[in-house]
Amino acid sequence: MPDLLLELFSEEIPARMQRKAADDLKKLVTDALVERGLLYEGAKAFVTPRRLTLHVAGLPVRGRDVREERKGPRVGAPDAAVQGFLKAAGLASLDQATIVSDPKKGDSYVAIIEKPGQETLAAIAEIVPAVIRAFPWPKSMRWGKASAAGASLRWVRPLHSILCTFGAETEDTEIVPFEVDGIVSGNVTHGHRFLAPGPITVRRLDDYVSSLEKAKVVLDADRRKEIILADAKNLAFAQGLELIEDEGLLEEVAGLVEWPVVLMGSFEERFLDIPGEAIRATIRANQKCFVLRDPATGNLANRFILVSNLAASDGGVAITAGNGRVVRARLSDAAYFWQTDRGSLPDLDTFAESAEKLGLDLAKPLDQRMAKLDKLGVVFHAKLGTQGERVQRIAALARELAPIVGADPEKAERAAKLAKADLPTEMVGEFPELQGLMGRKYAELQGEDTSVAAAVEEHYKPLGPSDRVPSDPVSVAVALADKLDTLVGFWAIDEKPTGSKDPYALRRAALGVIRLVVENGVRLPINKLPEYRIVTPDAGPSATSFRRDVTVSDIDHIDFGSMIENVSNDYFENIEKEDLELALNFVQRQIEVDDFQREVDESVRSRYRIERIEASLGLINSHEDLLSFFHDRLKVMLRDQGARHDLVDAVLGEGASANDDLLLITLRVAALGRFLDTEDGRNLLAGYKRAANILKAEEKKDGEGAFAGAADLQLIADAGLIEEKALAVALAQATPKAEAAVAAEDYEGAMAALAELRPAVDAFFDKVTVNDPDPAQRANRLKLLNQLRQATRAVADFDRIAG
Amino acid sequence: MSALAQHSPAAPSPALDPTRSFQGLLLTLQRFWAERGCVVLQPYDMEVGAGTFHPATTLRALGPKPWKAAYVQPSRRPKDGRYGENPNRLQHYYQFQVILKPSPPDLQQLYLDSLRAIGVDLGLHDVRFVEDDWESPTLGAWGLGWECWCDGMEVSQFTYFQQVAGVECAPVAGELTYGLERLAMYVQGVENVYDLNFNGLDGEDRISYGDVFLQAEQEYSRHNFEHANTEMLFRHFSDAEAECKALLAAGEPAAGANLPRHELALPAYDQCIKASHIFNLLDARGVISVTERQSYILRVRELAKACGAAWLKTAGGGAN
Repeated sequence: MPDLLLELFSEEIPARMQRKAADDLKKLVTDALVERGLLYEGAKAFVTPRRLTLHVAGLPVRGRDVREERKGPRVGAPDAAVQGFLKAAGLASLDQATIVSDPKKGDSYVAIIEKPGQETLAAIAEIVPAVIRAFPWPKSMRWGKASAAGASLRWVRPLHSILCTFGAETEDTEIVPFEVDGIVSGNVTHGHRFLAPGPITVRRLDDYVSSLEKAKVVLDADRRKEIILADAKNLAFAQGLELIEDEGLLEEVAGLVEWPVVLMGSFEERFLDIPGEAIRATIRANQKCFVLRDPATGNLANRFILVSNLAASDGGVAITAGNGRVVRARLSDAAYFWQTDRGSLPDLDTFAESAEKLGLDLAKPLDQRMAKLDKLGVVFHAKLGTQGERVQRIAALARELAPIVGADPEKAERAAKLAKADLPTEMVGEFPELQGLMGRKYAELQGEDTSVAAAVEEHYKPLGPSDRVPSDPVSVAVALADKLDTLVGFWAIDEKPTGSKDPYALRRAALGVIRLVVENGVRLPINKLPEYRIVTPDAGPSATSFRRDVTVSDIDHIDFGSMIENVSNDYFENIEKEDLELALNFVQRQIEVDDFQREVDESVRSRYRIERIEASLGLINSHEDLLSFFHDRLKVMLRDQGARHDLVDAVLGEGASANDDLLLITLRVAALGRFLDTEDGRNLLAGYKRAANILKAEEKKDGEGAFAGAADLQLIADAGLIEEKALAVALAQATPKAEAAVAAEDYEGAMAALAELRPAVDAFFDKVTVNDPDPAQRANRLKLLNQLRQATRAVADFDRIAG
Repeated sequence: MSALAQHSPAAPSPALDPTRSFQGLLLTLQRFWAERGCVVLQPYDMEVGAGTFHPATTLRALGPKPWKAAYVQPSRRPKDGRYGENPNRLQHYYQFQVILKPSPPDLQQLYLDSLRAIGVDLGLHDVRFVEDDWESPTLGAWGLGWECWCDGMEVSQFTYFQQVAGVECAPVAGELTYGLERLAMYVQGVENVYDLNFNGLDGEDRISYGDVFLQAEQEYSRHNFEHANTEMLFRHFSDAEAECKALLAAGEPAAGANLPRHELALPAYDQCIKASHIFNLLDARGVISVTERQSYILRVRELAKACGAAWLKTAGGGAN
């Protein structure tokens, strides 16, 4: 069975795009092969900075023949129908068609079209150019003479040559002949840019890989990673040091070299005064080098690991020296940032107003930075105001949340006011990934309370499902305030996540809130969050006549636009959703007219109005909506933890909006899960399902609610079976117990109460015929079952439990 | 004995040796690219933030006509002034700029050959092409390419222009920008830019980069951060913007003209350059707020786009 070898040789492909490009190449080519019926045994893609390679093993020499029958008109059909058939089937005359007989329908024509299978070589020659022309690079470019024309080939960087061979293992391979924008396919590639740049003629994968290896190219990215990691660890070990592993960096540097050569450099010990995270960030981001630690102390060592692409003639002395020089220059910058950030800002007097507003102490460096952030008016989001305004909101909310989470309100407010203060520092400006961490260090240095300093860093946490959740109450208060402000704010302006798009990481924020609440045992009713106010610069005068003046009938006659323009945002918060929707509709129509008449300014104004109306509409919808978003996130979280997400639905029941206490929901779900894992739980669920099914069937006959109300106990006492009596008694005892337990938030107790029902339910179904011929008996027994359904609902909606 | 007298006849004079003198580096690059068909131009006589602003790049990158040029361009970045105290940062420095339109297929190789010419041994040093896409919001321009690393130091910028002044490049030009001071520091093995040997001589004949530029860095830093008259600069910005627009309007071909050519594209573009530099000065003085900043950039971009459109209506822009 022949193999395909394809190599696309180009100028340097960005490291971050390489792996996906290899996956895409494999998928696109193999999908196209399969689509033509060309099945293969295996495929593997490889990538280096200069080449994308695909090997497809075990292809057929040619595709299978295809035989197709096309039904035509019956014999003797009108000429138009016959001509249409001949044309569609590609026949010259009816002589070429076959006649088939059908006892019911009579004789009709059938065309039998036989297509011989396509040569695989020819198929590849069609597939590969098409894949190249439509390749999904995240960014692509044009180049050279060909780019003078409109539709020239696009590639990630100039594409230089294409190697494409096809053939069986034992034979010589053939070049698959095609051409893409002047590049003719061949069987030649090149080795390492500096170490072995000469041409290499290739037959198939095995000689390709070994020739490249001789020409100083390691084709497989994973092998390059292994080499780098092993050599780096060995170099570190030889110096008594430990490599700080960094998978992201490793992946990147493996994409920057074809022939990895690992070297170790050093820098002056005095630079170790800079926080280790900052050293690591600068060496990583700017130099793409690894850092090392001293295993004895756990502190950074004054060494670094670099990965070069060259086996240099001097063994790497010059390369190491050059890299060391750049690392020192970068660390000098970092040292400068570290020093500057701890000193006073030059233009302090201009920040007085901001300091006053935020209650900051301009004698302290970090307070100065916060004042600067406010003074600069840096916008957080166009519709959500500036960073300064945001910090004020978070500080107020953190203070409010403090008693709920057991934090000192003063500390929570102080921490919130310093939480974003490191954003304008030099260090965070250069290395945004150090936000929070630098804030904490600067806070500690200016003598802030330990909890306050910790909260400055920890308020960003948790950053994902596996990140640690802070437990210091001050951190919890600020972390909750930060995330809730973000969520409520973006909800209010209707910037919610959709599908895969979540640019403001709102899902992560909601999950963060849930984990903060659940893991710290915080009772935080989402529906009682403080009202959120949108901060926009120009709130016009309030027009109180808005509602009165508008009716559906005269909507087209009123100067709606000017009215809306004069309405302040405050006002929008007090009017009905329906009116806002009418207004929205009106302005949207107005825009169409304006656009048509090219009234550009007017159209722009209208769009602004729409933004404001939508923001108000968002406010109205936001709280309810946000709660169901939390519920969804909770389900995802519990599912990821292995819990059954149907139990969340069951616990939320129908009145989901009332369930705004995330901690209680979680506890209930856990208790319900444990209960259902017991024998009692399983049986009670089975009994419940049976009861519910019978009720549903009978309610169809007698009508919804036909069996509501309490069963007639007298009738049961007089004529009921012993099992019936037992169930009535059990229900009378267990129902109030379960309800009381739920009210007391004792979910284990509620489950225990339900468990008491189980023997009675089992016995009831064992012995009692519900649909008794006597209508009174039947109705009474159904009422009993309805009582059972009600009793379980106090705990959860068992209908929503699967199984 | 003077340094000049010491050199052997076979080696280049130290005054011209790219590894010994700053000027030698510059002259070597000029000679290298001249031999490869470039017109070697002199710096544009206006203050610009980067070599790309030179009309030989910005405008010549537009339109169908082939073009090869190389030149040194002093680049002014008022905000990067450090009063002469930072060993790596300058508010005035030199870029060596090469533009080749259309981009030749061996552009990477040509670049590597130029490094060899200035004394970088490619068997000894690790040269890499690391993704770095270039974008100039003020020029409405972008391209894909790399920063070129030599032993971990960025020494050049390598870009395939895709769009300039808001216009798609057809054909695409390749642009190389060498940071001359950095390269010189590298080949001379110097840690501080002011210690660079400028003329390649020793002893009392030696002239350092600091001898030439330290005082200028100190004075211009004072000017850029403390003394530039912002009221006047705001006025000059508006003047340059208005003049650019006026020239663009005046140069438009008359309706029904036989040869619909724009007649003032180059003078109009000068005013765009001027506005851009004034904006940079105002930015350095810290008198432009974050929100205003965006609007100033947009205003310069509008000028650049209009100038590009005008250029395409000239002979140089390939108008018929």
